[in-house]
Amino acid sequence: MSTNLVLLAILMFAVTYPTRAVGLLTPGLDRLPKIAFDYLQLVGPAVLAALAAVSVMVVVGDDEVPSFHVGIEWVAVFVALAIVAWRRNLFLGLVAAVAIVAIARAAGLAEIPA
Amino acid sequence: MTTTEIELRASRRQLLTDSTGLAVGAVGFGFVYGLTAREAGFSPIEAVAMSLIVNAGAAQFAAVGYVASGLAWPGIILLTALLNARHLLYSAALRPWLRDVALPRRAVMAHLLTDESFALSISHFRRIGRTDEFGYWLAAIGPDGIFTWTLATLAGVALGAQIPDPGRLGIDVIFPAAMIGLAVGLITGRRELVAAIVGAGVAVTVALVSSPSIGIVSGGILGPLVALLVPKRVAAETAPLGSLESADRYFMPDSHLRADMPADPATADGPDR
Repeated sequence: MSTNLVLLAILMFAVTYPTRAVGLLTPGLDRLPKIAFDYLQLVGPAVLAALAAVSVMVVVGDDEVPSFHVGIEWVAVFVALAIVAWRRNLFLGLVAAVAIVAIARAAGLAEIPA
Repeated sequence: MTTTEIELRASRRQLLTDSTGLAVGAVGFGFVYGLTAREAGFSPIEAVAMSLIVNAGAAQFAAVGYVASGLAWPGIILLTALLNARHLLYSAALRPWLRDVALPRRAVMAHLLTDESFALSISHFRRIGRTDEFGYWLAAIGPDGIFTWTLATLAGVALGAQIPDPGRLGIDVIFPAAMIGLAVGLITGRRELVAAIVGAGVAVTVALVSSPSIGIVSGGILGPLVALLVPKRVAAETAPLGSLESADRYFMPDSHLRADMPADPATADGPDR
């Protein structure tokens, strides 16, 4: 059984733990420039939205060339977004997204990814 | 039993109830994380180690996507650091409440600091108007804590093998749906919304002319920069550390002194008590 990615987990911990500990363990964090905190506050939504958008809208073919993709996944992700925004329930959003894609693919309305 | 003790117990019960509600989502999310990790080639040991060692759902889910797309480890680590940078805000906000806890225990508390444990514990502290170390541990290792998350991961990665042809079941859409769902949870104002929209737009554009991984990094860096140009007064949520607004929101004594706010949380007289 592979354990190679355990090292990656440790490295991810190494960059995550300081962000969690610095405020709890050291005084004076609030003396950093305010603009830095403003920026940090905005990184989360930007990175997560970037991940979602690229996952749904960009596919890389066998020739390694990225291309724009339109599919049922757009609808599923939009529905998940709407449910989470409305109900504040991530799990419900995920269930809805999976159901939409599964039904569309079972009905032959959408391609099954390779 | 004194009034203070009654209030403390009531607030802990509230914390436990809230944590149990969140745990339902965490179990489902942990399960699909384990399932997705398995699909991306993670072994059970690797998936579970990630939950125990990193303990950050969004970053872990993102890492699965990075690994699956072949992104090099330095890129994964950089993106993890960016994605988890928001914990700086949480730890700074909790410091005044937990400053009297022994350093070794605070060091452990730091590892258990997540979106959920922060939200649960800061709400608890504000309800009772003082610190409660047990309350923090309840938030961090209670129903919605790290062990639930790790066990759900194990279930997902172990039972995932029983699911034939996951592509037909739509498992592949879980990752983008989870990412956008988590992003929604972080959008509390116009600036965050602009950061998300610009981040997504830049990411897709750059990905189409270069590669998905470069696009994601570009969106994650440029989205917040553009969002900073949005005038602060139009944002619904503007509570940077050091401001009176953040003091009002998190009631951060000591680091956010104001004329009408006592420095000691134990003696503070907040508006909601």
